Amino acid sequence: MNGVRVAGVGLTRFGSHPERTGRDLFAEAAAGAFTDAGVDRGAVEELNVGNFMGAIAEHQGHQAPLLAEAAGVRCPATRYESACASAGVAVREAVRTIRSGEADVVLAGGTERMTVLDTEAATDGLAIAADDLFEVRAGVTFPGAYALMARAYFEAYGGGRRELAHVASKNHANAVPNEYAQYRREVSVEEALDAPPVATPLHLYDACPITDGASALVLVSDEYAAANGLDAPVSVTGTGQGTDRMALADRTDLARTPAATDAATTAYDDANLGPADVDLAEVHDCFTIAEVLAIESLGLADPGEGIGAARDGRTTADGDIPVNLSGGLKAKGHPVGATGGSQIAELTRLLRGDHPNSGHVPDAEVGVAHNAGGTVASAVVHVLEVRG
Amino acid sequence: MTARDAGYDEWVDALADGRGYALVCPEGHGSLPPRRTCPECGATTFSEEPLPERGTVETVTVVHVPPPQFADDAPYATAIAAFGPVRLTGVLRGVDVGEKELSGDGDDDDDTAGDAATASDADTADDDPIAIGAPVEVGVAARDTDERRVVTLRPATE
Ligand SMILES: [Zn+2]
Repeated sequence: MNGVRVAGVGLTRFGSHPERTGRDLFAEAAAGAFTDAGVDRGAVEELNVGNFMGAIAEHQGHQAPLLAEAAGVRCPATRYESACASAGVAVREAVRTIRSGEADVVLAGGTERMTVLDTEAATDGLAIAADDLFEVRAGVTFPGAYALMARAYFEAYGGGRRELAHVASKNHANAVPNEYAQYRREVSVEEALDAPPVATPLHLYDACPITDGASALVLVSDEYAAANGLDAPVSVTGTGQGTDRMALADRTDLARTPAATDAATTAYDDANLGPADVDLAEVHDCFTIAEVLAIESLGLADPGEGIGAARDGRTTADGDIPVNLSGGLKAKGHPVGATGGSQIAELTRLLRGDHPNSGHVPDAEVGVAHNAGGTVASAVVHVLEVRG
Repeated sequence: MTARDAGYDEWVDALADGRGYALVCPEGHGSLPPRRTCPECGATTFSEEPLPERGTVETVTVVHVPPPQFADDAPYATAIAAFGPVRLTGVLRGVDVGEKELSGDGDDDDDTAGDAATASDADTADDDPIAIGAPVEVGVAARDTDERRVVTLRPATE
């Protein structure tokens, strides 16, 4: 099996760019990735790109050939859709393709244009990641679904809005130095607590923003990196994916996300390591409660213990296991179909030492990325390691 | 969107008539239609078993930022309740969810510094529109926004 390296990463600034098309966003991210990698775009043998709501937001289906054009590549190109985990599955398939020997160079990532929609339309667009018949028709919105999980979590394990506010405050603080982040502004716990409700018990600062943005990764085989003298110290050593029942009501436990546990178990086994080896993590905090559920699924906190991790400083920038040093979806932003690629781009920068927050993790060697779709009916986990 | 959704709409018809049911496979796994295969065990035969008259609320939220189809319903509550072999998701009716306008303050009390040390902060908690564990009945009603029918949960009456 061929090893896989992250040769280069590219991101757009995440934020509100309603006039920019998804194709233009991806073109910028891809160009950045090629420059960072020192790989010519003519070397790309496959393109895997995530996109969730292009058909709704910009009346654009069939995104893969369009995004191949935008990136300046001509090769088999496929768009992946797995809601908020779209780019995560696109990256995972790229890893599998390189490992199998089918290709040595794959461009993977994602793009999403969202702020062109007003809040109601964006709320509706995001809701389609839930079960239309049994959830959306019963008024379940994307925040509403996570609110139902949060309320169930509080009932099962305790904790409350204040603990969630610590997650928001932590991730906003992490985003301040990140040049790609949407909100580079600190938010205090009290400010988060005072914000208006979106879907109780989740309030405004428990929710990620609506974001435009794109991500791109140039992934290459070990052999290609060596043969071309690439400076690519970060390897993807583990990949895993999990699936759960679509509707929350059909889950075994409303306060757990076993799809992510399955993905993490597979990814850890694949990398031949475990949660105790992890130095930092980028997790899918579309809502503050999602970070709590994520770190429990990744084995970084025991069930019921994740709620206090940010409050107790375990997951802050200088804690035992910093979580979302990029600012997370919460403050860096969440261009849905691009997020999974962005997480790996940020982890790569953090591990290489060229991220503004790398100083918090100077000796880190193992990072984990957790990307979830919908209410974690889909989950993808990747393990990244420094392999000089 | 005028076509009916076969299986689902007959199930909603049955709920509206007070004849709600779950599909139950030979292993006892409950599910809802349309269903050809049990998602838990792969069984392909089901019996239609009547839902219990009362379910139990497992979680609830009050939605303040609605999708377009619920624009005039907001704020509204959505809950998940266990009814025997299945859980049902529905709009919670017959409870107080506050004024029909987006409000930053709602019925929260402002924080007071005095209780800052308490673990789970009654001062910042949102009021639940119904208690977790409370009994509810399922039915069907019209949405305020567009009169389309919606599965509802209501506090059970004695
Ligand atoms: Zn079964």
